[in-house]
Amino acid sequence: MSTKTVAEMSFEEAMQELESVVGQLESSTVALEDSITLYARGEELKKHCEAKLKSAEEKVAQITLGADGAPSGTKPLEGL
Amino acid sequence: MPDLIDPPNLGENAPEFTVSEISGVVKRLIEGEFSHVRIRGEVGRVSRPASGHLYLDLKDDRAVLAGVIWKGVATRLRHRPEEGMEVIATGRLTTFAGQSRYQMVIEDISPAGEGALMAMLERRKKALAAEGLFGAERKQPLPYLPGLIGVVTSPSGAVIRDILHRLRDRFPRKVLVWPVPVQGEKCAASVAAAIAGFNRLQPGGAVPRPDLLIVARGGGSIEDLWGFNEEAVVRAAAASTIPLISAIGHETDTTLIDLAADQRAPTPTAAAELAVPVRADLLAHLNTLEARRIAAQESRLNVRRQRLKDLARALPRPIDLVAGAQQTLDNRALRLQAALRAVTHNKRQVFARASAGLRPNVLKQGMGQSRHRLATLSAQLVRALGQVVQQPRTLLKANGAALRAASPARLVAAQNERLTRLSAQLDQAVRAGAERRRTQLDALERLRQTLGYTQTLKRGFAVVRAQPDGRIITHAKEARRATGLDILFQDGAVSLNGSAGAKSGGKRAPKSDHRDPGQGQLF
Repeated sequence: MSTKTVAEMSFEEAMQELESVVGQLESSTVALEDSITLYARGEELKKHCEAKLKSAEEKVAQITLGADGAPSGTKPLEGL
Repeated sequence: MPDLIDPPNLGENAPEFTVSEISGVVKRLIEGEFSHVRIRGEVGRVSRPASGHLYLDLKDDRAVLAGVIWKGVATRLRHRPEEGMEVIATGRLTTFAGQSRYQMVIEDISPAGEGALMAMLERRKKALAAEGLFGAERKQPLPYLPGLIGVVTSPSGAVIRDILHRLRDRFPRKVLVWPVPVQGEKCAASVAAAIAGFNRLQPGGAVPRPDLLIVARGGGSIEDLWGFNEEAVVRAAAASTIPLISAIGHETDTTLIDLAADQRAPTPTAAAELAVPVRADLLAHLNTLEARRIAAQESRLNVRRQRLKDLARALPRPIDLVAGAQQTLDNRALRLQAALRAVTHNKRQVFARASAGLRPNVLKQGMGQSRHRLATLSAQLVRALGQVVQQPRTLLKANGAALRAASPARLVAAQNERLTRLSAQLDQAVRAGAERRRTQLDALERLRQTLGYTQTLKRGFAVVRAQPDGRIITHAKEARRATGLDILFQDGAVSLNGSAGAKSGGKRAPKSDHRDPGQGQLF
């Protein structure tokens, strides 16, 4: 298993590990004790992925440029 | 164009011009007549001296026109003229009186039509490809789900709207727009600066750094899209460390930035589709995984539960396991008691038999016999010992006698005795020898005296010798010849001279007793 905690994972990492965990759970070679750990890990990963999916929000901003042409900040871009 | 400078009158009295005057007239005429012209031709030799001005020739199959683009104009050109390019140059004609030349001062120059532009594009593409800017090994993978998407495009217009709409449909994300003009002279420089600017943003800075860039523009003519073919834009896109999607024009339009981008989208909408997955799909997939996870564990538990049940059913009752053994134990216990009794009985009988013969008399009898035998053997032993000693003792005695007999003292005495005897014998032998030899000597002496002439002398004979040599004279003749004679008698010699001797030769006259000298002379 990854050394990263689930909370640190990107959506993609969490999703990949969840797929791997489910794959292992479905294989008959995993011992019962290990399967319980995997099951709990899967639960955690699934919650993390769900949270990531639900947190999706749209926010559009536009760069404002300073006199030197470098970005000085952002301002909301509206009306689109 | 000689007709242009023909003097108005061809008469004899035509005015005379100096060279400068005529040059000035020509200049005025040309510059006045051709203050604004558009000329189509092929670019010939191009030179770019350090001054920044740009000199080039415009030519067709029969004529050549010298041209100059002043520095200020040259820097503003959208397309740098390259040799062989078909162009349309806009400007005015002017003369250069010092060399009797005329030339065109070019204010603008652009490729003449699409074919010329495409040819130029092809050359640039080859050059950049040769540098490896379009290589597949440079392509970066796009993030699966970018948190922030940077978009380089015009903030107003359909393009950004299309992108945002599609993102909203699929997976609403944060979007940061870097506004740029998407056509015109400033387009290329602005787009290049925007890509580089996004890359310079640091994670966690005042302006957040995007995980993905989209460079987008709507459809247009090839000239409209030209900015995205410029080298600066291509290089900025190739250098971007943030994965970059290009979406320029419509599906059929291909610009050079498309080749340098990590992904090319045919349209801005398609760019949004490449940028994010569909949230609903992900949710569905997540739900599927969830269902599989639960089902897998459920099934695992069920299988084990069933197995446990089956195994439990197959387990026999404990009482059944031990019943057989219990019965065997009881049986053995019963047999054990009987067997113990029987064994004790047997052993007791054996003991009784053995102890019956075991009494003191038996022992005593044995001891008596043994004692008697011991005495006998002791006696034998003493005797045998005596015998054994006797023999060496006899031998010792005999050897002692022999040893005494062979004593050295005895040997010496015997030898002494023998020596004495032999000494006596020796003395006797020596004495007897001496006696015998003396007798023999006396006899020999007598014999000698008998045989010697001295005895003859006693009987009246004499020895006559000649003088002076002493030789024996045996004949009368000799005596007569001799000067003197010595006559030896029994008791000495007498000397005679001359005649005497001759007269009385043979007469012996022994008068002297010089016997010894006579004898010495004789022998």
